[in-house]
Amino acid sequence: MTQHYTDIANADAVLIMGSNAAEHHPISFRWVLKAKEAGATIIHVDPKFSRTSARCNYHVPLRSGTDIAFLGGMVKYILEKKLFFSEYVLNYTNASFLVGEKFSFKDGLFSGFDAAKKKYDKGAWAFEKDEKGMVKRDKTLAHPRCVINVLKAHYDRYNLDTVSQVTGVSKENLLKVYDAFSATGKPDKAGTMLYALGWTQHTVGVQNIRLAGIIQLLLGNFGVAGGGINALRGEPNVQGSTDHALLYGYMPGYHNAPLSTWKTLEDYQKANTPKTVDPLSVNWWQNRPKYIVSLLKGWFGENATKENDFCYGLLPKLDPGMDCSHLFIFDRMYQGKIKGGLLFGHNPCQSFPNSNKVRKAWDKLDWLVVGEVFHNESTDNFKRPGVDPKKCKTEIFLLPSAYRAEKEGTISNSGRWHMWHYKAIEPLGQSRSMGDMFVEIMNRVRELYKKEGGAFPDAILKHKVIEKFDAEEMTRRINGYFTKDIKIGDKEYKKGQLVPGFPNLQVDGSTSSLCWVYCGGYTDAEGNLAKRRDLTQTPMQAKIHLYPKFAWAWPVNRRVLYNRASVDMNGKPYNPAKAVIEWDGTKWVGDVPDGPAKPMAQGGPYPFIMQTEGHGQLYGPGREDGPLPEHYEPAETPLAVNPFSAQMSNPCMKMVHGSEYDVLCKNADPKYPIVLTTYCMTEHWCSGSETRNGPALLEAEPQQYVEMSPQLAAERGIKNGDVVDVVSMRGKVQAVAMVTVRIKPFQVMGKTVHLVGMPFAFGWTKPKCGDAVNRLTTSVGDPNTTIPEYKACLVNLKKATKVTEL
Amino acid sequence: MSVSRRGFIKLLGAGTACLGLSKLGLDLGPTQAYAAGLKTEGSKESISICPFCSCGCNTLVHVKDGKIINIEGDPDYPISAGGLCAKGAALRSLHVSPNRITKPKYRAPGSSKWVEKDWDWMLEKIARKIKDQRDKDFTTKNADGVEVNRLETVFSLGSSQMSNEECAVAHHSLRSLGIVHMDHQARV
Repeated sequence: MTQHYTDIANADAVLIMGSNAAEHHPISFRWVLKAKEAGATIIHVDPKFSRTSARCNYHVPLRSGTDIAFLGGMVKYILEKKLFFSEYVLNYTNASFLVGEKFSFKDGLFSGFDAAKKKYDKGAWAFEKDEKGMVKRDKTLAHPRCVINVLKAHYDRYNLDTVSQVTGVSKENLLKVYDAFSATGKPDKAGTMLYALGWTQHTVGVQNIRLAGIIQLLLGNFGVAGGGINALRGEPNVQGSTDHALLYGYMPGYHNAPLSTWKTLEDYQKANTPKTVDPLSVNWWQNRPKYIVSLLKGWFGENATKENDFCYGLLPKLDPGMDCSHLFIFDRMYQGKIKGGLLFGHNPCQSFPNSNKVRKAWDKLDWLVVGEVFHNESTDNFKRPGVDPKKCKTEIFLLPSAYRAEKEGTISNSGRWHMWHYKAIEPLGQSRSMGDMFVEIMNRVRELYKKEGGAFPDAILKHKVIEKFDAEEMTRRINGYFTKDIKIGDKEYKKGQLVPGFPNLQVDGSTSSLCWVYCGGYTDAEGNLAKRRDLTQTPMQAKIHLYPKFAWAWPVNRRVLYNRASVDMNGKPYNPAKAVIEWDGTKWVGDVPDGPAKPMAQGGPYPFIMQTEGHGQLYGPGREDGPLPEHYEPAETPLAVNPFSAQMSNPCMKMVHGSEYDVLCKNADPKYPIVLTTYCMTEHWCSGSETRNGPALLEAEPQQYVEMSPQLAAERGIKNGDVVDVVSMRGKVQAVAMVTVRIKPFQVMGKTVHLVGMPFAFGWTKPKCGDAVNRLTTSVGDPNTTIPEYKACLVNLKKATKVTEL
Repeated sequence: MSVSRRGFIKLLGAGTACLGLSKLGLDLGPTQAYAAGLKTEGSKESISICPFCSCGCNTLVHVKDGKIINIEGDPDYPISAGGLCAKGAALRSLHVSPNRITKPKYRAPGSSKWVEKDWDWMLEKIARKIKDQRDKDFTTKNADGVEVNRLETVFSLGSSQMSNEECAVAHHSLRSLGIVHMDHQARV
């Protein structure tokens, strides 16, 4: 989230798209309703009518996978009707930047495409620079290669007719949404966008969110109260686990994982530290080298010195372009290239796409270590229906995991609030925290290497992994320590003191920090700020529900990111009634500003401090699949033609080919004419492996179902309550038919397209409740993130002749 | 007098109900009789956080005689004001579920059942598995002869169920082993 949950109440319009907030983040919806009570327009754009839709001013059904078409139409509408916030767009976004002459877009492809590699040369999209290296700008916005004109030209094709044809949304509904949300382009109005996996889980997932960002920049909705783009993240600490990068491609704090081509620390720093010649751009990532060295000091302690590159050479390196995300993990596992593994609090045999492949791949492991609270489809895969356990060779070590109330530590909610939870009771039976498990395993591995030596022992022995898990001490290490006595400005710090905020982190090894964004969350002066429970706030803060003294938020307790964009050049709030920050003549008041510097009119910097050139990127040349979002159909599409271009699906989408399950049906395949979308439930959490153990929850939602329109049911002779077989190219699932007007057929490109929806919470380990819907979904992913396309694939269905799964 | 909701409840805290109520100048009779019957009386209260979606709803966990007797929403958490969804409301039933795994268990190759083992046995076996696999498969150089120092045949998956502190330890451990096939629920 650029904002936080309580901020939603400040919005004048709330667009909920790619999310069913009321059912999947029920408590977030309190703040949506508060906005509504105060007069905001609440809009739900989603394939099916849900409890979210029921509380909105209107629900607009959209064919799954067509968000870019829908939002691209809104960009065209905003630009043509000049509904954008012109002062904001001119001063704070890159609207006036000149795109280089190499940029072009022809029939669905941007310039620089290498068809053999399915990859772009992003150099073809660069901005034009002058001889000093400054990006050229035309503040009159007249130049045809100005970003805003490039944007206009790109979305010119996104007219109401085409958008309506592709999305299945009526023109009337399109206009209703465009009109209501564009109304927030006024200086004193704010619109927020709430999304979840309905935007990310597509082969164009990143570009869905990019386009949302473009709209919010045009309307001046970043930095202001009630604005922003807000990911309602699906997991309790997926914010924190992403910050700490339990991801192959990153190190904690959003730094790329080292590549083989970056042989030395200097190579790494050079390749990863952006430069600008514009003195007004803060370009915050220029500080990256300090965070990297502090991370290495946190990892290697006194072993890390300037002379030995702070032990950079001991880190594993990826080859450029190497993808180790789960689609590829399971592809390699299926091929026998992965032998063993560690699985903690995760149920891939249920929650990963193309589960028939995943389950077979799992059988091929030699050994597996699992930390879990309950048995689930992944712990017990060897005895799943239809499989002979004797044939599964995997040795499994199942470790009992402590549950939430049995351990202490911090989690970070979607709004980046860093909050402490206390241990209420000892772990049940012999269960232990996952922190304990990792530490105990590593202690033993270390002892073996000390005794026996082995492969590359330095990496094991020089890393200073904590030897007894202690959440409080880890919170301090994450914050970071001074590793020697130093003076910063006129302040002296002693070795062993906590670093009071990331502006103090150093590049010379005199500080450590296991994740720079959290630095400042635990200080000598105030202790562990995640424990704060103070609800007091100034009247200015109270107006926007800021709660700055409750817990702590990264970065530096800033609650609204890019808040310098909420004020004009003189530091006056665009919306004085809901001011986030204000320059009082000598200092900023309100939220923690994006840096203490004076307003822009007094020589202060541009507001978008994380961007190299300091401006919000309407045009963003950094993504894998283009500088501007373009509509491509999902990998499996009911259409034979994409009216936007000859390019049917994302030309860069990630695919795996290691098994017979990695198949896609052809475009407009008559054998699989129905769009399937999948989702969570209120009563079950994600794969359901925990919540199916709650008697009340299982009673409330006991069985796999498939929601379908009465029209589809009539076509197929299916009645409400019948068990149906749902089939895709990859598998078959049985489900109870829920025939409901909540789903309506779409009129798309002159034909009727049916959509069905299925929750993914039901698995075979609970008898008669059904089994994984992901047996139907595809192994294709977004080119930037490799997030799979769970939300749109093609199926067929018929009444079951024999019921086996329910 | 200005009292926050939570402050009000604290003022009415177990054992001091009489004193608290008289401070507020209220009629004590019926309330006292009701409070005496609350099931959380005499329990220890701790602040925890719901382990499901990312709203991070704070909870109050009541423990008495070594057992969780109640989990409810924390009225002081600004986002929820004490509310919980159906899953949060079921938290106690999940914590005390008889289905919980409470002992380390081992499944031998080809076996159809789990065998209980002690922690030391398990941890030693696991450490040995990891070390042997690492020693056997460690990749010092890639196909181009460039140093990469990585372990490609072992994966790690999970978890957004971990606290930040656990994530930091996990990431650190995995980097030291050289594991590169590493992912979690951010992509699911």
